[in-house]
Amino acid sequence: MTDIVVAVFSFFGAIFILLASIGLIRMPDAYLRISVTTKAATLGIGLLLLAATIHFEDFAVTTRVMAIILFILLTAPISGHLIGRASYFSGVKLWKDSIMDDMDGKYHKATQELKSEDVKELQKREKEEKELIKKKPLK
Amino acid sequence: MTLHEFINYIIIPILSLSVLLILWRFIKGPSIVDRVIALDLIITTGVGFIAAYSILTNRPSFLDVAMILALIAFLGTVAFSYYIQKRNK
Repeated sequence: MTDIVVAVFSFFGAIFILLASIGLIRMPDAYLRISVTTKAATLGIGLLLLAATIHFEDFAVTTRVMAIILFILLTAPISGHLIGRASYFSGVKLWKDSIMDDMDGKYHKATQELKSEDVKELQKREKEEKELIKKKPLK
Repeated sequence: MTLHEFINYIIIPILSLSVLLILWRFIKGPSIVDRVIALDLIITTGVGFIAAYSILTNRPSFLDVAMILALIAFLGTVAFSYYIQKRNK
């Protein structure tokens, strides 16, 4: 009985890792590839390690495997975020059919500061307000 | 079909095929970011390999190696992203 459960868990884990690798090949863009590797691969590894716990039925092994799964669950989003941030700053292009880029024009390239408003639009609006004050001075 | 045969003839070949596909992306990758992602995924697949192998040989002590490998994958990605970000300043 345990053998069947171990076989099912490890099979689905291997399938998820295969799907992650196919996604890494097929996705058109570095950011979409990051999204694939952080989700599908984490689930696949978790299922394979759970299969190992069910097979051994040992408390020491279970704690060790839980530590590995917790570590991977914590670190996979962090590393995905870090590498995505670094790739955006280094100028990796989005896919040509991507609809919108939320960070477009909202960060300073030299200082790497992010702002919630568009930097160019902010400067243009300030200039217009100054001109308006020049035209109609307050009484 | 015993569990031993199942892991030997189905799980390990699927994992090997996925490593080959990731290696193709690692060689082809247009930018350095794609290569870093592929390296990260190869090491993560290595953790899966170790889990399958420890079931196959009935030795749970291999799982210690899996823990260290997961740590190395995270540290490698963090170091590479730091280096990519600093290089373009």
